[in-house]
Amino acid sequence: MARKRMIQAMNEAILEEMERDPSIVLFGEDVKASLFGDTRGLWKRFGPDRVRDTPICEALISGMAVGAAAAGRRVICHMMFGNFVYTGMDAIANQAAKLRYMTNGQITLPITFLAVSGGGRSAAAQHSDAVHPVLANLGGIKIVMPGSPADAKGLLKAAIRDDDPVFFLQAAGRGGEPGEVPDEELVIPLGEACIRRPGRDVTLVAIGAMVRPAIKCAEALAGEGIEVEVVDPRTLVPLDLETILASVRRTGRLIVVDEARDTCSSASHIAALAAEHAFDALRAPIRRVTVPDCCIPYAPVLERAVLPGVEHIEAAVRATVGWRRPR
Amino acid sequence: MSVAASNLSREELLALYQRMLLIRRMEEQLARDCAAGKLPGPVHLYVGQEAIAVGVCHHLEDRDWITSTHRGHGHFLAKGGDPARMMAEIYGRADGICGGFGGSMHVADFSKGIIGANGIVGGGIALATGAALAAQLDGDGKVAVAFFGDGAANQGVLMEALNVGALWKLPLILICENNGFSEFSPTATVTAGRIVERARPFGVPALKVDGNDVLAVWQAANQAVRRAREGGGPTLIEAITYRTRGHVEYEVTFITEPYRSEAEVEAWRAKDPIGRFAAYLATHGLAAADELEAIERAVGETVAEAVRVAEASPEPDPASATGHMFANPR
Repeated sequence: MARKRMIQAMNEAILEEMERDPSIVLFGEDVKASLFGDTRGLWKRFGPDRVRDTPICEALISGMAVGAAAAGRRVICHMMFGNFVYTGMDAIANQAAKLRYMTNGQITLPITFLAVSGGGRSAAAQHSDAVHPVLANLGGIKIVMPGSPADAKGLLKAAIRDDDPVFFLQAAGRGGEPGEVPDEELVIPLGEACIRRPGRDVTLVAIGAMVRPAIKCAEALAGEGIEVEVVDPRTLVPLDLETILASVRRTGRLIVVDEARDTCSSASHIAALAAEHAFDALRAPIRRVTVPDCCIPYAPVLERAVLPGVEHIEAAVRATVGWRRPR
Repeated sequence: MSVAASNLSREELLALYQRMLLIRRMEEQLARDCAAGKLPGPVHLYVGQEAIAVGVCHHLEDRDWITSTHRGHGHFLAKGGDPARMMAEIYGRADGICGGFGGSMHVADFSKGIIGANGIVGGGIALATGAALAAQLDGDGKVAVAFFGDGAANQGVLMEALNVGALWKLPLILICENNGFSEFSPTATVTAGRIVERARPFGVPALKVDGNDVLAVWQAANQAVRRAREGGGPTLIEAITYRTRGHVEYEVTFITEPYRSEAEVEAWRAKDPIGRFAAYLATHGLAAADELEAIERAVGETVAEAVRVAEASPEPDPASATGHMFANPR
């Protein structure tokens, strides 16, 4: 066990998997320079055949990922910022998400798309979107959103080994977040949520970057006797609904914290599923803590106003726990 | 035609003829089926363009990759796809090459190197570039061919592919089939300059060829495929042809104003690639009339058998509709 930054954990995961499987090819914009550090040193280690800097041309590189995977390679495709998914969207939505299905499962498409996602760094509206709801609605794309360095390593290794297209969305502001990472081999299966902190009063499902403020909030409220159970889904597709519902049945209350815009957020989807499958267990309305339906602004004070923070989550917990049926 | 012909045996010449005729007769069957309301979805026919798929794919092996277009039956058959399973696919049947999940615009057979037809104009270009990358890494001389139309040449991804293909010297062959129309818009109304010139700034060799002359296409593809196999990088070929049928088979039901003259279509029918090649074979004493008739009969039997197989095939099981989105659902 050693303390590592999330980005180091990801770097280790990619390096170990590329050592393990020589069929892996990694490409994307500036993967050699490595803007975030996740691909640092890989070009030197594996050479220019397997680690390739591409021009800035997302429409091509997302399609190349599909073509290379269809032709037998295991692909890691770095899309850099989540917003650049939009410029590469045709091949993601029309090819990666559909080619296996349209051809009756003739092929597997082992592709891991990497992108940072979400705000918190004054990068403004075109570099701060949380893109997971858009991707989740495509159907044929798996989505990983790690909440800790250890999870980042174990989930990324599972994503790379997976035979389906996976988007690994690392929270933009969290690459430097340290945490304990086991020294031994760590592969965390996709589709298994984890309970970050147990609690009896309310279930707080927190996605990706929202895990940390959710835990902070839970720790603060514990002093007042409010016990918050923090559930980290870790992957949105596939979604471990059973773990979420089991928690809701224990606590009778649900809040979902998501860095996406409110309309059609993953929070909305999880809330709908819980209402459908655990209505009888609910003692208060489900609440969502999301980004209002606006762009992510530049000035820090503006950005803090729209991104879910500890204070937003705390207000939601108090309102939910204190809710009484109107007479 | 003579340069290429001297490189080809008589058997190979007849094989080119047979493959073009197979594509034509299969699609004439589909046109009748569509008119009779037998097909569940749209079909975009390749009639008049057969020389391109056949002239190019003659150089390819099963291990080589192709990507195709919404007008993809010809590429599928030219690359060795099974006619009966293609027919069953377009009929929406369980024995279709894609189990009825894809239809006309998605016929694919990866075991034959056919990454597939594609409903997105230009969608195959990036896929072929990726397949070319995989082929280059495999290092065994495989190539990837992207067939696309003049409409797709206006998608930005072509420039992106030319750039990366040239930078990385990928074994990529870009075949632009300029059939005169971008759906319902005449090419000149939506395309500036000459498509073949678009490769020049990237240092990619490019040539324009008569797409209705199967031997001219064969000759151009011969050079391009050899260059790619030997590590010489990509080539762009613009093959000039003409779409004698509509963009989509049932367009008369929604296109109210003609977008081309009947005289123009007739003029191109006179340059039909199959008729021209038959005449060439006859005048050069390369095929007797009864040999061509025997090919015609055999092709007719293949088409009839394809229809029988397709009609006998059951519809897919509705319970399977969500079945294979993922290789590992969980």
